[in-house]
Amino acid sequence: MKTEEQPIIPTGIPDLIPGVSALKNEGYRLVAISTTKLGEIFQVDYSFDLNFSFRTLRLLVPQGITLPSITGIYWAAFPYENEIHDLFGIMVTDIAVDFKGTFIKTAIQFPFSVNTDKPEEDVCQNK
Amino acid sequence: MSKQITIPFGPQHPVLPEPIHLDLVLEDEKVVEAIPTIGYIHRGLEKLVEKREYTEYVHIAERICGICSFIHGSTYVQAVETVMGIEVPERALYLRTIWSEYSRMHSHLLWLGLFADSLGFENLFMQSWRLREHILDDLEATTGGRVIQGACKVGGVRRDIDNKKLGEMVTGLEELETEIRELNKVFFNDSSILHRTKGVGIIMEKDAYELGAVGPTGRGSGIAQDARMLGYAAYDQIHFKPVVETGGDCYARCVVRGRELHTSIDIIRQAVNKIPDGPVEVKVTGTPNGEYWARAEQPRGEVIHYVKGNGTRHLLRHRVRTPTFANIPFLVKALAGCQLADVPVIVLSIDPCIGCAER
Repeated sequence: MKTEEQPIIPTGIPDLIPGVSALKNEGYRLVAISTTKLGEIFQVDYSFDLNFSFRTLRLLVPQGITLPSITGIYWAAFPYENEIHDLFGIMVTDIAVDFKGTFIKTAIQFPFSVNTDKPEEDVCQNK
Repeated sequence: MSKQITIPFGPQHPVLPEPIHLDLVLEDEKVVEAIPTIGYIHRGLEKLVEKREYTEYVHIAERICGICSFIHGSTYVQAVETVMGIEVPERALYLRTIWSEYSRMHSHLLWLGLFADSLGFENLFMQSWRLREHILDDLEATTGGRVIQGACKVGGVRRDIDNKKLGEMVTGLEELETEIRELNKVFFNDSSILHRTKGVGIIMEKDAYELGAVGPTGRGSGIAQDARMLGYAAYDQIHFKPVVETGGDCYARCVVRGRELHTSIDIIRQAVNKIPDGPVEVKVTGTPNGEYWARAEQPRGEVIHYVKGNGTRHLLRHRVRTPTFANIPFLVKALAGCQLADVPVIVLSIDPCIGCAER
């Protein structure tokens, strides 16, 4: 079974739009925008692919930060950007198709922005 | 310019097996804009990874979807196995490949039936689903499940298939292939199908690529991209070419799925010829510490399972990017400019799975 090399490029917010533009100019397609909550920090990953070469621009941002939209470069980013707002509460400005919090309807606002208590008392079966 | 009106399409509609809502902005009978809304069945399955041990979570990953259940399970375990550096036995990788192709055939035959139904071709719908029963019977016989197979686990698979049964499966598929050929003749040549699908919902290759289209949706527009070419599971030992059509319309997307049924049978035939004897699982110890984006080709296109672990038995994050989610922008663009009567056919043509898209 083959596995992929998946380089991760740490990026700051000011470098995001130039970095995404450069990948677009090289012919990369947008694969996904993924968010992970790491304590009080959000990890936002912009993943791209060109002929099965996969790479990711990674932002580490604090809660309450506002991100610029990349829909001016990749119009197809709008579902991802609406999703990270609706699930994580991260504001994204100037999304080409902005649902303003109604794209994914959830009973709890920003459900993925809360920390979950882990059942640490459970016995691990794989020790 | 005519006065614009907006009408709702879905979330409940005869052609939609699952709920998606579209606000269709019309000028007379022409759609000028389609605005999608999802969220009716959001379950938050990804969040459950924080509550379930990484070995148990495969049961939840399989339940993301009732159609491509097996491939969700196998892609999740592939991600965990890569992070943990687990060497999965060769026989298990071949079995995953065989069950993945069965899942693809099951999904494509289901879709062909639903597509015929969306055109009002009820007899063709029943024929497609009659053939699908053969696939479901084999899945049930080899895994115990028709919908949720429960066959994958971290470190291998839960069940083996003996070589005699594998031979019988190939013989059965070769008989089925004759019937699939007859079925495809109708889908590819019938005048009523051509009338409803040719030149409808056109997106050409360059636009489809920029929209991030994946799977048969992208390949119907000429994008020769198939995640199986990455060589995961046993695909690095199998010879096949992605099925590509260049029409970019609903007909091309239908033809891609019809032709892919034959590719799947050929892949299974090769896998059965090459599958080695040996164990189907290894003992797994330890906990995942690291991250990986596992990619696989589902029936609807490239799926991504991202996992991130910190050395505990609970993963920090499991994120799934499903093919339907990636194909939403394609659908929005394909609907712009179409006739209102063609909306159900175009929506069906991307094979939307909202259960997958919302997780």
